[in-house]
Amino acid sequence: MRDNQGWDQGRDQGRRGEVAVAYLDHAASTPVRPEVLEAMLPCLRDGHANPSGVHRLARAARRCLDEARESIAADLGCAPGEVVLTSGGTESDNLAVRGVHARSGGSLVVSAVEHHAVLRPAEELGALVAPVDGAGAIDLAALEALLDPAVRLVSVMLVNSEVGVVEPVDRVVGMVRALAPAAVVHTDAVQAPLWLDVAAATAGCDLVSVTAHKLGGPRGIGALVVREGAREAMAPLFGGGSQEWGLRPGTENVAGAVGMAVALRAATRDRDAVVARVGALRDRLADGLVALGALEPPGRRAARVVGNAHVRFPGVEAEELLLLLDREGVAASAGSACASGAHEPSHVLTAMGWSPAAAREAVRFTLGWTTTAGDVERLLAVLPGLVERLGGVRGAVAPA
Amino acid sequence: MQVLVALSGGVDSSVAAALLVEAGHEVVGATMRLWGGSQTSGCCSVRDVVDARRVADELGIVHHVFDFSDGFEEHVVGPYAAAHAAGRTPNPCVECNRHLKFDRLLGRAGRLGFDALATGHHARLERAGGVPRLRRGADGAKDQSYVLAVLGRRELERVLLPVGTLTKAEVRARARALGLRTAEKAESQEVCFLSPAGSAHDRAGFLAGRIGLHAGAVVDRTGAVVGSVAAVELVTVGQRRGLGPVAGGCGEATRRRYALAVDVAARQVVVGEATELLVDEVVLERRTWTDVARPDGSPVLVQASAHGVARRGVLVPGGVRLEAPGRAVAPGQLVALYEGDEVVGSGIAAGSPGGR
Repeated sequence: MRDNQGWDQGRDQGRRGEVAVAYLDHAASTPVRPEVLEAMLPCLRDGHANPSGVHRLARAARRCLDEARESIAADLGCAPGEVVLTSGGTESDNLAVRGVHARSGGSLVVSAVEHHAVLRPAEELGALVAPVDGAGAIDLAALEALLDPAVRLVSVMLVNSEVGVVEPVDRVVGMVRALAPAAVVHTDAVQAPLWLDVAAATAGCDLVSVTAHKLGGPRGIGALVVREGAREAMAPLFGGGSQEWGLRPGTENVAGAVGMAVALRAATRDRDAVVARVGALRDRLADGLVALGALEPPGRRAARVVGNAHVRFPGVEAEELLLLLDREGVAASAGSACASGAHEPSHVLTAMGWSPAAAREAVRFTLGWTTTAGDVERLLAVLPGLVERLGGVRGAVAPA
Repeated sequence: MQVLVALSGGVDSSVAAALLVEAGHEVVGATMRLWGGSQTSGCCSVRDVVDARRVADELGIVHHVFDFSDGFEEHVVGPYAAAHAAGRTPNPCVECNRHLKFDRLLGRAGRLGFDALATGHHARLERAGGVPRLRRGADGAKDQSYVLAVLGRRELERVLLPVGTLTKAEVRARARALGLRTAEKAESQEVCFLSPAGSAHDRAGFLAGRIGLHAGAVVDRTGAVVGSVAAVELVTVGQRRGLGPVAGGCGEATRRRYALAVDVAARQVVVGEATELLVDEVVLERRTWTDVARPDGSPVLVQASAHGVARRGVLVPGGVRLEAPGRAVAPGQLVALYEGDEVVGSGIAAGSPGGR
C-alpha cells in the first residue's frame, strides 16, 4: 500500500472544488467519533499485551477490556458476562443462528427481511421464513402459524437496514414464549443504537446483535448479547480458546472494544438530541424528495427510524442516479452491494411485494450523527436536474 | 471527449482504457455484472471485477460495476438454453453484444452524459466521411468483427474500439509497458457462463439442469437407426464428432458422418456424408445492416462463425446465395456479411429442426 493513496484519491475525488462529500450512507457505515479515536489510540500504541497474560501489561489490557465490556453491557441493558465480543454484526448474526442450531437443533424461523447475515445461514439450515407486509413489518399472524414447540430459534431484526422499519420485536417475543417455549429469540439490532433505546427494545430477547461501525465506532468489533440461560443453548462457531465465555475464541480486540464502548456510550448519551435534530432533517429530505416525484415506501414514515429516507424515482434506475450523485459529491446507496460491488435488487423490497424493476429504482439515503442541513440541501439542489436527465418521473407510474 | 470504457478485467479492455486516457479523454470504467452471485471463475467473476477495478486505479480513472444480470438472463442465458432445446445453435456472445453491451450499457452511457462507449474488441472502426465503418481487426487471428456484426449505425456512431488497430501481441506489449496487471492474463473462455468441460457446470451440466437432456437416435437418410447420442440437444448441424460408432464394415468406417439435421422433439439426429451438407443458399432471419441495406445482387463474403472461413456469395431475397455450394450453416447461427474486410450486415441462419 502506498501511503493510503486510494483513500486520499477517493476523498479528493469527493471534494471536487473543496466541497466535502454529502455523506448520506450512514446505514452502511457511519463516521468514527473523535472521542472514540482518542480512546483507541493509546490502546493501539501501547496496548500490545494479550489480556490473557499474567504480567502487568496484560493486566492493564484486561482492565481496559473489562471496563469496555461493562460499559457496553450497561448501555445494552445486560450483565457484562452476557456480552460476547465478536468481529461485528455478520459474525454476531452467524453466531446466533449457527451457534443455536449447532447445539439445540430443531427448526428455525426468521423474517424475510433479515440481513443476509441472518437469512443466508438460516436458509442453509432449512429455516422457515415469515413474510412481511407491504411496509416491511413482520406478518405476526403468519409468524404465529410457523411457531410450534419444535422451534429452537426465532430471529427478527429490530430495525430494517434498508427501509428502516422498526419491527415489533416485543410482540414477537411474547408470541414465541407462548407458542415455542423452547426457542431462543434473536434480534439483529445492528441498525438501532443511534435511534432507539436498544436496552429497552430488546429486554425480552435472548440474543442481540450489535456492531460498532454503525454507531460511531470502529469496524471489526461488535457484540452478541447472550443472556443468562441462552448460553446453554449455544455452541461456538470455532474452537481454540476460552475467550468470551468460550463462545468466541481468539485474542480479544481490546482497542476495538474500547472504541465500541465509547461510541455506544456517546450514542446513548446523545440519542434524544440526535433523534430530534436528524429527524427534522430526514423529514425535510423526505418531503423534498416526494416533491420531486419520489415515492416513499408504503406505511407511515413514523414507523421507520429517523435516519432513513428510502425512496424510488419511477423511471430512474438507481445505479444510474447513484453514479451521477457520486459525481456531484453525494454519497448514497441502493439495494445490497454484492461481492463485485454491483447493486442487486433488494430482497427486502421484493419481500415487501415490489417487482424487481421497481426495486432497481430504490435509493436509500441514510442520515447519521454528522449529517447537516447542508448535506440535505445539497442533495435536494442537485437531484431535480439528475432525475430529469435520466428521464424519470414523467407520468405517474403505479408503485409495483 | 467523455468516454465510458467497458472493462472486463482482461488485457484488451485494460489497454483500450489506457489508450483513451493517453489520448486525453475523460475516461470512466464500467464492468458489467452479468452472471452469478460470487463465482470466482468465468466472465464477470469477482476476480475479474477486482482486476478491472485495480486497472482503473492504476490508470487513475473511476470505476463502476453495473448489475445487468436480469438482462443477461433474459437476452443471453435464457435464449441460449431455448436454442439448444429447439435444436438450434445459439450465439450467446453476439446476443450479449446486441442486448447488453451495445444496448443497455450504451444507453446508460448516453444517459450518464458520456459521448461514447469503448470496448476492447479486436475490430476497427473507421469514420472517414462521417459514416462509421466496421472492419476486421488488425490481428487476423484475433479478429472479433463477427461478434459485432449485429450493430447498426446508431450504435457504431457512439462506439470506440481502440485496440482494433493493434495485434494481440502489441496489446500485451502495451499492457506490459504500462505495468498493467492484466498484461499476461489468459484469454477468456468461449461461453462465459459455462465452466470448462468436465466440471459440474459445463455445457452439458448446465443444460441438463436448465432444459433436461435427452438421449436420441442417430438415423441415416432412410430413417435406419445407425447409432445413438447421449443428448440430442447438444448436437449441432454440421457436427462430425460424438455421433456414435460407425456402422458397417471397414470400408464404410472410413467415411465420416455429419449431422444433417437435429430434431429434438423426435429425439433424432439425421446423419449423412459431407456432400449432403452442401447448400447453394443460406436463408437469413433478423437481418441487420451496419449502415444502409445492401440491394439484392450485391456480392458479399459470408462468414458463419467467429473465426470461420468467409465464403463468396450474392445477396438474394431472404438470404444469400453461395458462389459455390458450401457447408450448410446450422440453424440459429449468426452469419456476418462482409464487403472486403468491412462488415455490412448480419442475419441468423434460418432452418427448422428436422429438415431443410
